[in-house]
Amino acid sequence: MAGPGEAAIRVQGLSKSFGPVRAVRAIGFDVSPGEIFGLVGPDGAGKTTTMRMLAAVLQPDAGEIVIDGVNVAAEPERAKLHLSYMPQRFGLYEDLTVSENIFFYAELFGVSRNDRMTRSQQLLGAAGLLPFRRRLAGQLSGGMKQKLGLVCALIHTPKVLLLDEPTTGVDPVSRRDFWAILYDLRESGVTIVLSTAYMDEAERCSRLALLHGGAIRYCDTPSRLKVSMPGALLAIPATDPRGVRDALTGKPGVLGILLMGDRVHVRVDDAARRIPELQRLLAERGITEASVEPTEPGIEDVFVALLGQGSGP
Amino acid sequence: MNLRRLLAMALKEALQIWRDPRSLAVALLMPLMQMAILGYGVSLDIKHVPLCIYDQENSQASRAVVERFVSSGWFSVGHVITRYSGIRRAMDRSECIAAIVIPANFSRTLAATGSAPVQAIFDATDVNTTNIALGYAQGVVAQENADISTQWDMSHDVQPSQAGQIELDPSVWFNETLDSRYFIIPGVVAVILALVGAQLTSLTISREWERGTMEQLISTPISALEVMLGKLIPYFAIGLVDAAFCLGVTIFWFGVPFRGDVATLFVTTALFNIVVLGIGYLISVRIRSQLGASQIALMVTMLPTTLLSGYTFPIDQMPAPIRALTYIVYPRYYVTILRAIFLKGSGLADLWGPVLGLCLYAAAIIWLASRAFRKQL
Repeated sequence: MAGPGEAAIRVQGLSKSFGPVRAVRAIGFDVSPGEIFGLVGPDGAGKTTTMRMLAAVLQPDAGEIVIDGVNVAAEPERAKLHLSYMPQRFGLYEDLTVSENIFFYAELFGVSRNDRMTRSQQLLGAAGLLPFRRRLAGQLSGGMKQKLGLVCALIHTPKVLLLDEPTTGVDPVSRRDFWAILYDLRESGVTIVLSTAYMDEAERCSRLALLHGGAIRYCDTPSRLKVSMPGALLAIPATDPRGVRDALTGKPGVLGILLMGDRVHVRVDDAARRIPELQRLLAERGITEASVEPTEPGIEDVFVALLGQGSGP
Repeated sequence: MNLRRLLAMALKEALQIWRDPRSLAVALLMPLMQMAILGYGVSLDIKHVPLCIYDQENSQASRAVVERFVSSGWFSVGHVITRYSGIRRAMDRSECIAAIVIPANFSRTLAATGSAPVQAIFDATDVNTTNIALGYAQGVVAQENADISTQWDMSHDVQPSQAGQIELDPSVWFNETLDSRYFIIPGVVAVILALVGAQLTSLTISREWERGTMEQLISTPISALEVMLGKLIPYFAIGLVDAAFCLGVTIFWFGVPFRGDVATLFVTTALFNIVVLGIGYLISVRIRSQLGASQIALMVTMLPTTLLSGYTFPIDQMPAPIRALTYIVYPRYYVTILRAIFLKGSGLADLWGPVLGLCLYAAAIIWLASRAFRKQL
């Protein structure tokens, strides 16, 4: 049992290679009870490999994972009693109904009949799945499948919940349901680790680890990560974002440019000094009356700034 | 081991089989089809061997010999040949596989000496058939001989000769009508159960890998042993249903006499099922694609079972190294057991040898299978 102030999850020096590919390189972090801890990073950063090792389904090459006081490498089966893991790929049985899947996982974790009834009622209700109890899981929409995955993962009241990109390909309404359930869980003291490629989702985590090339580059709360972003952020609403980007790329003081749909985020070294300069540069390109205003960075801006990556063409 | 998890696994697997048309077809239709194909198709009895007659004499005596061949029922006399070359041509065209040549001086020689040669020619491209046809021909001639020598003795007014009158008195045990079906069909049942059982379980673990359900499953506290037993229970039930079905067809449709007791049959069949399912499961653990696993299962079971189990090719007649090899072909034990139960009415005590073989096999397979599956990606 994790005592007060003790970490629910402690990871030290965790490494895993697949042949010559070093997927995870000596990462370490602590997660406190009741936290929602986010692993953020581009594809191939090592998020899934890390999640799998946390879930004790993949043997690490080196390092130590202690979950709720149990050493995962030494006693994987004991750790699994209090864990719940939702893999990235839908892992339930498509040829079983919603209720049958829930029953199966409830039995595997030894949930009593009464607990199963009340919990599945409550969780299915929260997920909006009550009307679909008799439907085959394979006939659910993507969002409903993910919510069913969550219901099955939560049927035994785990202490630690591991979610690997749980909302990828999920519609906004289902994502809202999903997060409502996660917030409820946090209230009841469940520790959650999730990986995500969605920046708005990363922002909802209590702490984030920015994973890149198998290593953790930064690990902090979203607000402190934003503060740590070098430079200042300017937003330019634009009908032609690419034109704006082309006009400003490589100009003095411009540290990074990120296309954000109908606006462009430009990171500069000094906001007060660069705003007039940028407006002039845009006017030279025929983009007149462009408003260039300081803005609060989102986690995507921070992420790109810290990892030094562009958002692609 | 936790009984609840085991039963949950068994129930889940049963539901999946029930909802998967492919599994159901393999489980229930394949035995039906194989029983029909192998039960009817495989028969070592040869009736109506196509026969040519080249009767150079065409006398009453020679026609009596021909008549003897016709009335035996083993031969069907097709062509009447008038030249030696005709025999060769008929054989080339597969119009006959046996020919009888009666020489021109047949009745004269017979009358003078009491014996006369008749030539029999066989197309030995199919050695097995030839051997059997040769046996039939010898039987026919032996009967004719007996009649002739009696007649000869009488016409020469001597006491029936004691010497030279060898009466063939065949004594055939257990399969009195010498119907090869009685011998083969119990073997067919063993072959079918071996093939179908391994096919079914070969898919069970690979299906979880292929459909992506394994990762979540191994993140739960279920143990490897619970996974194995839970998955095998429904297939064990299917295996017993298939066995009951095939054995029922053997007894009630093909009319093979059942002289043993049901308890012995049940115990040995259950034991055989464990071995068969365990082998499919082992393959399934090793091969992560369903197609691959099912192909390997077919390869591993089909050839040894059909060639080395003794169900058509007698093990006694194999060369020593091959005969030694048959001891690892587990269906051989069950083939032996089934035949003995059916035709001899043997009990467990009589069958201790092959039953022990199956027990050892079952123990080894279960031990291997329980260790093979690891809860790791």
